[in-house]
Amino acid sequence: MRLASVPPSVFDSLTPVTSPALAEHIRRQTIEQAKRANVGHIGSALSIADVLAVLYERVLRVPTVDDPDRDRFILSKGHAALALYAALHGTGRLTTEQLASYCTNGSVLGAHPEHRVAGIDFSTGSLGQGLSVGAGAALAARLQGSSRRVFVLVSDAECNEGALWEAVMFAAHHRLSNLVAIVDDNGQQALGHTRDVLDLTPLAARWTSFGWDVVEVDGHDHEALARAFDADGDAPRVAIAKTTFGKGVSYMEGEIKWHYWPMSDAEYSQAVAELEAR
Amino acid sequence: MRSEFVESVVELAERDERVLLLTGDLGYTVLEPFAQRFPDRFFNVGVAEQNMVGLSTGLAEAGFVPFVYSIATFASMRAYEFVRNGPLLHELPVRIVAVGGGLDYGYNGVTHYALEDIALMRAQPGMTVVAPADAAQARTALEETAGLPTPVYFRLGKGETPVAGLEGRFGLGRAHSVTEGDDVAIVALGTMAAPALEAAELLEARGIGATVVVVSSVSPPPLDDLAEVLERVGLVVTVEAHYRNGGLGSLVAELVADRRLSCRLVRKAVEVVPRGLIGSPDYLYETLGLSAPQLAESVVVELEPSKR
Repeated sequence: MRLASVPPSVFDSLTPVTSPALAEHIRRQTIEQAKRANVGHIGSALSIADVLAVLYERVLRVPTVDDPDRDRFILSKGHAALALYAALHGTGRLTTEQLASYCTNGSVLGAHPEHRVAGIDFSTGSLGQGLSVGAGAALAARLQGSSRRVFVLVSDAECNEGALWEAVMFAAHHRLSNLVAIVDDNGQQALGHTRDVLDLTPLAARWTSFGWDVVEVDGHDHEALARAFDADGDAPRVAIAKTTFGKGVSYMEGEIKWHYWPMSDAEYSQAVAELEAR
Repeated sequence: MRSEFVESVVELAERDERVLLLTGDLGYTVLEPFAQRFPDRFFNVGVAEQNMVGLSTGLAEAGFVPFVYSIATFASMRAYEFVRNGPLLHELPVRIVAVGGGLDYGYNGVTHYALEDIALMRAQPGMTVVAPADAAQARTALEETAGLPTPVYFRLGKGETPVAGLEGRFGLGRAHSVTEGDDVAIVALGTMAAPALEAAELLEARGIGATVVVVSSVSPPPLDDLAEVLERVGLVVTVEAHYRNGGLGSLVAELVADRRLSCRLVRKAVEVVPRGLIGSPDYLYETLGLSAPQLAESVVVELEPSKR
């Protein structure tokens, strides 16, 4: 449903060329499209805006979306797809018209990403599967003698999934140093805080004990993220990105309800005002 | 059948460098020929079937043709959602080699009986489902599916005895009649061709002619071949080492309904959860009403004048 109170595109004048600009683009488009479509998962999308911006502006080597030697990126926390669409839009891979079709009848841009979209390598949405696929992609690159890398963004609560640890063990055993996992460690999941639902701590020590090269990083610091994603060891790298759920919109930050909740008109207006003031 | 199949995979890998073999830590004395010939293309991923299928998805997207090997229960059920969201959703050529289909692991107990894998796999559009009847047919099936760009589920059983009259024939979407008779059609899934043939011999001795049809291509289903036989007989009996719902009997029931065929259908399958039921496959077939004499007796009962 298109809401009359929302102009078609508040932020179209922005053309991001740096990772901070892309991050703001992702945040603004997330707010705008989430409002237009009247859907949630906003907090999860905002928490990874900086991670995606650094990946898409500074890290991923993707000459063309069908280049076999392109770096692969898997948004294993598929419920934050809107942020990914915004990143693809901000880097010229999705048109404004395509982005505006988010969660409308007949659009391929649903609440979880599908590989039918050019620029999206793998469909996701079922938590705990992306890292296995990424490990396979990394193994394939090694077998083919390619220098391409694989980046997999998982949520912290996704580490509840046992299958994820199967992939963690495999990647470490085979020393898949071309694989980088990123944990969006915002401390929240659908029904509560991760520490209350299923405590993940000590998360870094757990990954370390499984044989990964662990870097803990401020998930909103672009320089630190860029360094964390630049793995140079002989083990798979995991960047545990400490993030703020709902980052950038004050009333969403750290609030569980914004895992699912859509915005009211007043909340939308406040979010726009806050993002414009950043 | 397992060993012959793996030999065929080795032959395939000789001429197709995209072929890889992954195992979930199973296949002792079976997979060595591949592992020794292609050590760099063989991966024991450990006891982790979900990850094995996830890995295969990433490998296949990059151009490989991964064969993943496990016992049918684990290969089908443990990894089911990975199969669905991986090779199926992405239309990738992953080959699931599921050994011990049905009751072949008879002394291992119910956790090792694969009695719903056909139902699960044939529910998925785009999954090719193959249940060879014997080793020669398994070889042909591998050849016939080698070029498919989409996933294949191979349900391998023991199938130690060559099925007379089959001579290794296999075709996607085809079924094969191995005897001719006008009184009844016995339609068998994969390795159940052997007891079906034996039942046909018992029936012949009693003056009843049976057409035994071997179904190995479950998906795509051999609808036309089956319909052609079913239009000629008044009674069709399906037999499978599988639960009653969702397998070959269901497939034939759908065909009978869809094409408004007039034959009667009797589905011989596993009716109960075989808790605490251990024994050789033949012992289990007899206990569960699927042995050749029991099949033959079912046909005789169904053909009694009062039932016609």
